[in-house]
Amino acid sequence: MSTGEIKRVIIVGAGQAGGETAQRLRQGGFAGDITMIGEEPCAPYQRPPLSKAYLKGDLSMERLLLRPSSVYAEEKVSFLSPLRAVWIDRANRKVRVEGGRELPYDALVLATGARPRKLPLVGADLEGVHLFRTAADVDRIRERFKPDAKLVVVGAGFIGLEVAAVARQCGLSVTVIETAVRPLARVTSPEVAGFFLDEHTRQGVRFVLGGQPAVIKGQERVTGVALADGMEIEADLVIAGIGVTPETTLAQQCGLSVEDGIITDARCRTSDPAIFAIGDCARRPMTHYDGRVCRLESVHNAVEGAKIAAAAILEQQQPVEAPWFWSDQYDLKLQIAGLFQGYDHVVFRGVMADRAFAAFYYMGDRLIAVDAVNRPGEYLGAKMLIQTGRTVAPDVIEDMSRPMKEIVAQAR
Amino acid sequence: MPKITYIEHSGKEHVIEAPNGQTVMEAAVKHAVPGIDADCGGACACATCHVYVDPQWLDKTGEASSMEQSMLDFANDVEDNSRLSCQIKISDALDGLVVRLPKSQH
Ligand SMILES: Cc1cc2nc3c(=O)[nH]c(=O)nc-3n(C[C@H](O)[C@H](O)[C@H](O)COP(=O)(O)OP(=O)(O)OC[C@H]3O[C@@H](n4cnc5c(N)ncnc54)[C@H](O)[C@@H]3O)c2cc1C
Ligand code: FES
Repeated sequence: MSTGEIKRVIIVGAGQAGGETAQRLRQGGFAGDITMIGEEPCAPYQRPPLSKAYLKGDLSMERLLLRPSSVYAEEKVSFLSPLRAVWIDRANRKVRVEGGRELPYDALVLATGARPRKLPLVGADLEGVHLFRTAADVDRIRERFKPDAKLVVVGAGFIGLEVAAVARQCGLSVTVIETAVRPLARVTSPEVAGFFLDEHTRQGVRFVLGGQPAVIKGQERVTGVALADGMEIEADLVIAGIGVTPETTLAQQCGLSVEDGIITDARCRTSDPAIFAIGDCARRPMTHYDGRVCRLESVHNAVEGAKIAAAAILEQQQPVEAPWFWSDQYDLKLQIAGLFQGYDHVVFRGVMADRAFAAFYYMGDRLIAVDAVNRPGEYLGAKMLIQTGRTVAPDVIEDMSRPMKEIVAQAR
Repeated sequence: MPKITYIEHSGKEHVIEAPNGQTVMEAAVKHAVPGIDADCGGACACATCHVYVDPQWLDKTGEASSMEQSMLDFANDVEDNSRLSCQIKISDALDGLVVRLPKSQH
């Protein structure tokens, strides 16, 4: 497909990935029509602050927005919101929206994100039980997010733990229930997870690990959570952070390849070459990991998908960055570069007791990921190494007398 | 509102009025100044908001935190006046601030 043929681009989903796509297309010189369809009642915004500064009340909605709402009209992006896309007609290249209007496209970008999983429990619909994905979710939570309120967080992933940290800082009493025997089980090593468990415990968070929530109790409002073993925990507020499901309804309806995410190639093209899929809803081969197909949930992945899809539409090249992620809890900044899955050993630089250390993950001799806590140099240095396919011997990494910058410069 | 001047690597100038409390990065992104990517949205996690502060303003912008300094160590073409613009908060004292943008953020 050549650029000449693409006159109309439709973007479905106006989150981080969708919003960035519109911007990258215009910055890259695309002069055709851009239509962005989003079901949330606002312009694209950043989700990371939702479980950090926005929950705390330190950030206004205006500052959450990726760019001011007025930018879309200025850049001649027709932004339709709140509006849902409900049908894709691939044969005639049309998207139907709620109300029945049909919009034609030459290239379609699916950036539909993911839906938070609802607790599969009796009582999950009680007042005071919340999911945690949108600004509207957090606005509702904030009404009850008050000192001395009793909060139960179900799920000890990044979102659950960030919420727990903010809640402690705001004076709530916090219990985290996790079905696995440790927090962050999906996203980091037992060692690093143990560090965060200790930190939260010291900050006054109670953990129920290996706990099976059975029923959410209450009449209209939630009053507690009962576990399968009979334990009961009082609650004024329950927040579920038990993961997400990629939003692939439209892709499935129109027959694209879908398997826990819309399958794409490295350039974010789906099984239909006129349709791209990016961000949380998509799965693509990872350049720095032998083409392993992954679905990532991160800002980096959303922004990168936008850059790649925009470049493909414009027939430009787009270099690919190694994956990265961060999480803020209390005064700890965790920065992650690479993908740690499949590591066979981990080496530490610095000690946990200093609250500043980095875990380097290896697969054989090869450095595949780093988790850096309050060590931004180690994070950026390792990211550069992974990016350029270089590695460093474990004894060199452990040697704190050698600055990270020098280690990176000498690595091969 | 304080005025901030951003000078692209090509020499093109953008003068922007921004409210106190916003960061130098946010003001640039909200006005689509090319050359500041700010992929992490100001979380001090991406180092793609690198700028050079005009030497006359270095006193007023203050010093980089150790976290920021460690990030800058790995940015491209770092100079003594390099800063991450998401870590500079706009205030009346910065009215007239001039920052230059690097050739590339990656
Ligand atoms: C609380 C929280 C904290 C996070 N913290 C971090 C962090 O610290 N660091 C990090 O790297 N990442 C973090 N993430 C992850 C990151 O925010 C996501 O990976 C990113 O937002 C994904 O962007 P997206 O555009 O793919 O999806 P989304 O941002 O979810 O956007 C998808 C949009 O499409 C809309 N949509 C779906 N279907 C339709 C339809 N049919 N019609 C119209 N609109 C539709 C949805 O309503 C939504 O608005 C966090 C996420 C959350 C929820
Ligand atoms: S915006 Fe990411 S470090 Fe400044």
